[in-house]
Amino acid sequence: MKPFRFDRAGDISGAVATLAREPDGEFLAGGTNLVDLMKVGVMEPDVLVDVRRLTSAEIEDLPDGGLRIGAAVTNSELAADRRVRSRYPVLSQALLAGASGQLRNLATTGGNLLQRTRCVYFYDTTTPCNKREPGTGCSALEGCNKDHAIFGASRHCVATHPSDMAVAMTALDAVVLVRGPGGERRIPVAELHRLPGDEPQRDTTLEHAELITAVDLPPLGFSSNSRYRKVRERASYAFALVSVAAALQVRDGTVHDVRIALGGVAHMPWRARKAEDALRGRPAGQESFRAAAEAELADAVPLRENSYKVPLAGNVITRTLLDLTGAP
Amino acid sequence: MTTITGRRAIGASLSRRDGPQKVTGTAPYAYEHRFDRPLYLFPVESDVARGRVTRIDASAAEDLPGVVTVLTHENAPRLADTSDRELTVLQAGDVAFRGQYVAAVLAETLETARYAASLVRVSYDEVPHDVELRPDRSDLYAPEHVNPGLPTDTQEGDFDRAFPSAAVKLDETYTTPMEHHNPMEPHTTVALWEAGDLTLYESTQGPHSAKQTLAQVLGLDADRVRVIAPYVGGGFGSKTVHANTVLAALAAEAVQGSPVKFALTRQQMFSGVGYRTPTIQRIRLGADQDGHLTATSHDVIEQTAKIKEFAENTAVPTRTMYATRSRRTTHRLAALDVPAPSWMRAPGDAPGMFALESAMDEMAIKCGLDPVEFRIRNEPALDGETGLPYSSRNLVACLLEGARRFGWAGRDPRPRARQEGRWLVGTGVASSTFPVIRLPGSVARIRYAGYGRYLVEIAAVDIGTGTWTALSQIAADALAADVEDIDLRIGDTAQPEATVEGGSSGITSWGTAIFEAARVFRDRYGDSPSEGDQAEAAAADNPEAGNYAMHAFGACFARARVDADTGEVRIPHMTGVFAAGKIINPKTARSQIIGGMTWGLSMALHEESLVDARFGHVMNHDFAGYHVPANADVGQFDIAWIDEEDPHVNPMGSKGIGEIGIVGSSAAIANAVFHATGIRVRDLPITPAKLLR
Amino acid sequence: MDISLKADGRERRIAVDPRTTLLDALRERLGIYAAKKGCDHGQCGACTILLDGKRVNSCLALAVAHDGAEIITAEGLAADGELHAMQRSFIEHDAFQCGYCTPGQIVSAVGMLSEAEAGWPSHVTRDVSAGETRLTDDEIRERMSGNLCRCGAYANIVSAIREAAEGGRFR
Repeated sequence: MKPFRFDRAGDISGAVATLAREPDGEFLAGGTNLVDLMKVGVMEPDVLVDVRRLTSAEIEDLPDGGLRIGAAVTNSELAADRRVRSRYPVLSQALLAGASGQLRNLATTGGNLLQRTRCVYFYDTTTPCNKREPGTGCSALEGCNKDHAIFGASRHCVATHPSDMAVAMTALDAVVLVRGPGGERRIPVAELHRLPGDEPQRDTTLEHAELITAVDLPPLGFSSNSRYRKVRERASYAFALVSVAAALQVRDGTVHDVRIALGGVAHMPWRARKAEDALRGRPAGQESFRAAAEAELADAVPLRENSYKVPLAGNVITRTLLDLTGAP
Repeated sequence: MTTITGRRAIGASLSRRDGPQKVTGTAPYAYEHRFDRPLYLFPVESDVARGRVTRIDASAAEDLPGVVTVLTHENAPRLADTSDRELTVLQAGDVAFRGQYVAAVLAETLETARYAASLVRVSYDEVPHDVELRPDRSDLYAPEHVNPGLPTDTQEGDFDRAFPSAAVKLDETYTTPMEHHNPMEPHTTVALWEAGDLTLYESTQGPHSAKQTLAQVLGLDADRVRVIAPYVGGGFGSKTVHANTVLAALAAEAVQGSPVKFALTRQQMFSGVGYRTPTIQRIRLGADQDGHLTATSHDVIEQTAKIKEFAENTAVPTRTMYATRSRRTTHRLAALDVPAPSWMRAPGDAPGMFALESAMDEMAIKCGLDPVEFRIRNEPALDGETGLPYSSRNLVACLLEGARRFGWAGRDPRPRARQEGRWLVGTGVASSTFPVIRLPGSVARIRYAGYGRYLVEIAAVDIGTGTWTALSQIAADALAADVEDIDLRIGDTAQPEATVEGGSSGITSWGTAIFEAARVFRDRYGDSPSEGDQAEAAAADNPEAGNYAMHAFGACFARARVDADTGEVRIPHMTGVFAAGKIINPKTARSQIIGGMTWGLSMALHEESLVDARFGHVMNHDFAGYHVPANADVGQFDIAWIDEEDPHVNPMGSKGIGEIGIVGSSAAIANAVFHATGIRVRDLPITPAKLLR
Repeated sequence: MDISLKADGRERRIAVDPRTTLLDALRERLGIYAAKKGCDHGQCGACTILLDGKRVNSCLALAVAHDGAEIITAEGLAADGELHAMQRSFIEHDAFQCGYCTPGQIVSAVGMLSEAEAGWPSHVTRDVSAGETRLTDDEIRERMSGNLCRCGAYANIVSAIREAAEGGRFR
């Protein structure tokens, strides 16, 4: 690990100002992803600005019925919060499906959103990787790519985003609150992460020294009928092959409203808008669900080793929606 | 042969004597003894798979405060014996595999050593490398023998005539991937070279073996080398001497007087401390109308390293398992630009029996027979491999008792015929076997310490196998003493020589030495020894070895649930019944078996080292990418023992049980998954992707 | 940088490299080896400690970021030479073999029981919106899945934890 200066900022403004002066600096919260990457030399910041105690560690009720989640709330606390469990169960389930109990106790809301891909070539500094070193090539394109993207990839990068929490937040239209050198702004979570395009080194739309301070969950009338389903190669403690975050509102046997986001399939959580559009107003049942899934997956571009993700995603979308109708 | 009589301790389910230290984290593993101002070693690994080092620029590393030296092939101390190319570290610039050590940093702190290593710039003359095992290679060759010293090919009867004319035929190919041992404790050496004496605190499966090897390659008198290993955090075959230990010793020699600490990172565990070769296995079975095997062949293709031959004995269990009128087994190797493969829990038997027991299941179905019945129908009278009678063989009893306990009777054989909610349900069975290996040459020393207490010394090791407890029990009975009065000392070459923990031979070999030493002691001193009375004896070869074929047998049953939408597999229950002679400690023996069967589950569903042939190394080189089961993957076990008296194997009547659990259990699971889904997966691991419809 | 830690009941002040993790601070500087290095990347749980009462992987926590923290390892769980109930249960149920993952398993189990007692759900909890969680064997398995055991002692680990849970604070 490269030596770095450790900065204990006193407040958010100070932290932002410090990092604004340090082009090779990073914010440190729980550290469960950043320290991991620093050990293998993938990230080599000169300065770490410790923000773990600066942002809010509280979950507040918002006047509109939503929730404001402080960036420093740990993944465990967020998953265990009774309001989240009853009003947004998909979020609680997504968090509980991720990592391990120990990691969830240290990892924070802000850090979870900003975690980086687990692509084996990204992690291996002896192999070419455009995300790590632009212009060196994408080793996964023709390599070990069973875990890689079927949507939104480019020939520069086929990596996936590993966060489960972000998939649920995407389905819930969460909004990320950010403070930076230019002031505060609100970023819909769907606009926080990027597709790789020809700049795979940029995971997010954040500017340098912008700090996530909170995430707002807007109220959603039917969010209590929501679910997260994650498919892994072992029963626990593994990244998703494919995951689905869904919320469903059925009235008189017809889909009144629906939210669907997919994990494990793209450089960002994949909001399945085509599937949603194909479902609103349709009968709530196996046939429509399957047709909607197929509408979304029609654009999938599999790689040599991950074509299984297409039928797998189709099955999981269909099954999750069926589960949300209460069907056996 | 005389056996231990008057048993009181043998057969008791005693809790582990090393329990209190292990549960408090105070049992010292190799890294955890107190050392004064140690130096830390971090290696530089090659990032080419084949070629020569042309230049090493260590200046940036050397400039870091706290860096003591950077060793390369240009300045490292010389080895005396370079005949073992795997152990020939930092002696010349040639690179034989990706990940080979080409330099090493010694520094005052762990962080400095690691960072400095990342600053070392190595240039290579790279040449094209060859790392792919494929069945169509034109350079496949037959080794002189397969491990351990067995014939490469065997033939009984005329397979080529019998097979085509068989009433029922099977011809399928099964593959198993490259696998890495991944004990929880990484390979670790702390080496201290002082006044010509070398002391190693080593995570090893064989202290004396490590001592002999190090003495040999370094050109030292063996009595100048001491290896200390009271606690070892798992080995599974990987903790014999590899380049890492030699590198630590060379570093210690370079900085004489300072202890050198070298613990591999998890990532480094994938490139030079051994692994199981991938296998490509073609099995052909022919049977008559009544399901009797008339033709059996097992042809294996696997890899070895150009630097050191290792021939996994994959088809060997097929020589023993079943009666057949004709049989042929073959092994062919491809020598590649890869690290040397090594012994990995149940070498040969684990991958070979996955293939054979899957094929037997497929064949039972083709013959229209129940899989348990099919195996019983082909039970041999004599051992096919040697032609000898078995010292004891109770496979049939294991199958029958296992079937009874598991609830096999009345099983509907139709595949994909049971569903519970979203889960497809199935059951499977497979036979298990493991040879009884008894290595001669271990020596035990017994000294009476007064007040009824005995000091028993033997440089055995406990790598999780329960040695601390089991050998105490054997010594107690051999000396007619209580276990509490046995002060057992193991894990140090200051103790008498002992063979390695491997081949499930530990208790068999060391227990025999203790038994012999106790016999000498009691012959000499009788029932009333005096304080300081001492005796020593070695375990000889088994005089019965040429009279009998000696194996343990077992049967594994598995219940599988497969999610119909996703292909996720759960194994909620496994039953294992084993005939392994006298069980020294049923509590720890059960743990060995459930551990072995968990390895079988891991082999069936999870493990796979993925090599990117363009680069030549394993890409999924950590626990996030290389999956072993998590707690949630493992269900319940029902384990039982068949009472088996075998006076021929050793004085305790015991057979090794450390490895038999993994043998066959992977096939039991594969067979259960077939029964659940109707999908026969012949390429491990069985991942969800392979079960999607 | 100077930091202070309360480790297994003792106040310690040390100067650390900012790169030093809590795991390495314990092992290299404080002579406490009960937290073990299995992977150094938060992928195995052998380094699990209680950090201010919560179970975490000490290998990913920078020591300088946890100045003033209270740390308990398996060594510290055994108070005054008496084994903790969880430790006794592990021995009784033979819930370990090589022992390398064991201190981490035990600390993780103790932390896990606190979490269950606080009503935290898990991935296998059927209905996360429900109030109570029963600690079934499947719950134990899931909640302990952050602690790998290559020796395969899982079945006995579950039995050991179940007995300690039933005999102890958690019902």
